[in-house]
Amino acid sequence: MSTIEDARAPGEGARRRPPEPLVPEGERRVSANVCQAAGCLSMQSDLVLGALRDRVEAAGLSDVAVRRVGCLGLCAAGPLVEVPELGRLFDHVQPDDGAALDSLVTTLSGGEPGGQAMAKEPFFSHQVKVVLERCGQVDPERVEDYLDAGGYEALTKTVTTMSPEEVIAEVVRSGLRGRGGAGYPTGLKWTTVAKATSHDGKFVVCNADEGDPGAFMDRSVLESCPQQVLEGMAIAGYAVGAQHGYVYVRAEYPLAVKRLNSAIRQAERSGFLGKQIAGTDFEFHVEVRIGAGAFVCGEETALLASIQGGRGTPRPRPPYPAASGLWGRPTLINNVETYANVPPVVMRGGEWYGSIGTGKSKGTKVFALAGAVVNTGLIEVPMGLSLRQIVFDIGGGLVGGKKFKAVQTGGPSGGCLPEELLDMPIDYESLAQAGSHMGSGGMIVMDESTCMVDVAKYFMDFCREESCGKCLPCRAGTVQMYGLLDKITRGRGTRHDLDTLQSLAEMVRTTSLCGLGQGAPNPVFSTLRYFRDEYLAHIDDHTCPAGACRLDGGER
Amino acid sequence: MVATPARTLSPPSDDKRWRQVEVRMRRLGHRPDGLIEVLHTVQELFGFLDDSALAFVSQSLSVPPSKVYGVATFYSHFMLKPQGEHTCVVCTGTACYINGAGALLAKLKERLGLEAGGTTADGKLSLLQARCLGACSMAPAVVVDGEVHGRVTPSSIAVLVEAL
Repeated sequence: MSTIEDARAPGEGARRRPPEPLVPEGERRVSANVCQAAGCLSMQSDLVLGALRDRVEAAGLSDVAVRRVGCLGLCAAGPLVEVPELGRLFDHVQPDDGAALDSLVTTLSGGEPGGQAMAKEPFFSHQVKVVLERCGQVDPERVEDYLDAGGYEALTKTVTTMSPEEVIAEVVRSGLRGRGGAGYPTGLKWTTVAKATSHDGKFVVCNADEGDPGAFMDRSVLESCPQQVLEGMAIAGYAVGAQHGYVYVRAEYPLAVKRLNSAIRQAERSGFLGKQIAGTDFEFHVEVRIGAGAFVCGEETALLASIQGGRGTPRPRPPYPAASGLWGRPTLINNVETYANVPPVVMRGGEWYGSIGTGKSKGTKVFALAGAVVNTGLIEVPMGLSLRQIVFDIGGGLVGGKKFKAVQTGGPSGGCLPEELLDMPIDYESLAQAGSHMGSGGMIVMDESTCMVDVAKYFMDFCREESCGKCLPCRAGTVQMYGLLDKITRGRGTRHDLDTLQSLAEMVRTTSLCGLGQGAPNPVFSTLRYFRDEYLAHIDDHTCPAGACRLDGGER
Repeated sequence: MVATPARTLSPPSDDKRWRQVEVRMRRLGHRPDGLIEVLHTVQELFGFLDDSALAFVSQSLSVPPSKVYGVATFYSHFMLKPQGEHTCVVCTGTACYINGAGALLAKLKERLGLEAGGTTADGKLSLLQARCLGACSMAPAVVVDGEVHGRVTPSSIAVLVEAL
């Protein structure tokens, strides 16, 4: 089948040369953007790129550029090819599908346009792209592409015309909040780090340890437009007074690591990282640190411990990393998406950014749409859009016309939201009120065949395995809760178990050291709140309404 | 800086790959905080971390063996046992789970008699389980020897591993 050995073994990538654009920018009439992010690559989009290039060359189309780009969003229909000038998208393009490739060549040569008109597709027309503006438009491994698309203008503007205070004021004005999940005001965090005094430097850290199962926003951004994240980090470095940055990426994302490393080298070569950035005295260096498969390292103090080579266990806060982070120095930690928001905020102004979204949740949010929904993929929407618009308009509804049951947001510390909440606007406050949270942006749609007790058990299993073991409530509490949930899914639970589960969950939530433990009971709370009848069916009637659990005591 | 004994340590064997490990350590300045980076390098080169490797890294970076062992066992990415010739990783992220990752693991268990984390007796295949590969749009996803396969079914996974 497919191969992404290029992605699996970073060192081997070199033998597949980065494709040069066939046509210089000025002479290009149309382009064919072939998605080369992990999703499409696993469906052989690298071969599609080669096949299309051969055909375009054979047809003598000298004003057509066949380009390697990052994620085009609609992962469900890959491999994808977009002709941006004509607004057409070709889906399911196989490297050996002569008809599809012919249709593409016809479109590119000015004939009857094939594929689908993107403007008419709600999947595209309902989206607002700020973070993903250049994803799928630029070659992730060519800084020249990023520069052509206006890249590094924000950094240049920052270091040549703005004071650090002005940069922070702009971020404060934007109302941007942390996109890693907690939603802490970014401007406030920057202000704190900027004010912290240090005689031997400060650090800027990018959290790319996207561990939530069902989330792939950060992976896609790093695979598609790593320069934008680096630019955001450099601007942050200038604003808070740091000269060194680290990106902490999961080892599970080899392609993202490879492209990030290549982006750093190219940015250094182009003078946007390293010394004397944009001809000024400002210097900023970025290093990559690879995670090693520990979910808890997404927690900021655990992440810092891991960057310093130790076990990724969290520590109590305060002191917050803003005061004492890496090697005890003031450290700014933001998520990939937060940094990617910074260049547009600086370029177009905080006021513009703040005009998108809702009262307290400004701007856009990137979501990874997955599960039982037709249009699985990567989307970016203005805050305040309803769940219904996301699942049914953008997502195209459920696969096979099945009945919607729930949408899970926020990963293992999030919750499952039922049908009656579909019209709820998506913002930090509404989600928290409904017993879930924004999380990093994974959104998993579940249909009637998914058992909510089993889902709660799934997440508890996750947390029990990933608990670092440092604090007792999380280490033992998750194990006990898992045991109760397992008992219930086997049809052996009692009503008393439900009470025990509830009180254990309260205890773990209030007494755990870090976000992993404090959030671990959330899937239990939200399923008990909205799907209590499913728990009762397992307990009282020894049946699983979804038909997912085996109630004979065996395992699923 | 005072030269540490690390610089004069000799590696566990005269395998050339140790030179690459030494280069990596030198680039990191033999600093103790480079531990995870160095363990990554060793595992990339040798496939797993054995006792002699851990001891060598411990001495070279001046990190106590207890801490090296602690780090190596804390992170699930690090392997302390040799892996099979081939690997099959079943993703059990949320999207894969609700789309049938459990059935894939059950099928493999039935075919190979393997639990996740195990290796066949002939050392041919290791079965691993991943938390989430971020390939959610193709759930359930499986990675066989570095190749990602999407929308896998119990019958197609049987064909995949049998072909190895």
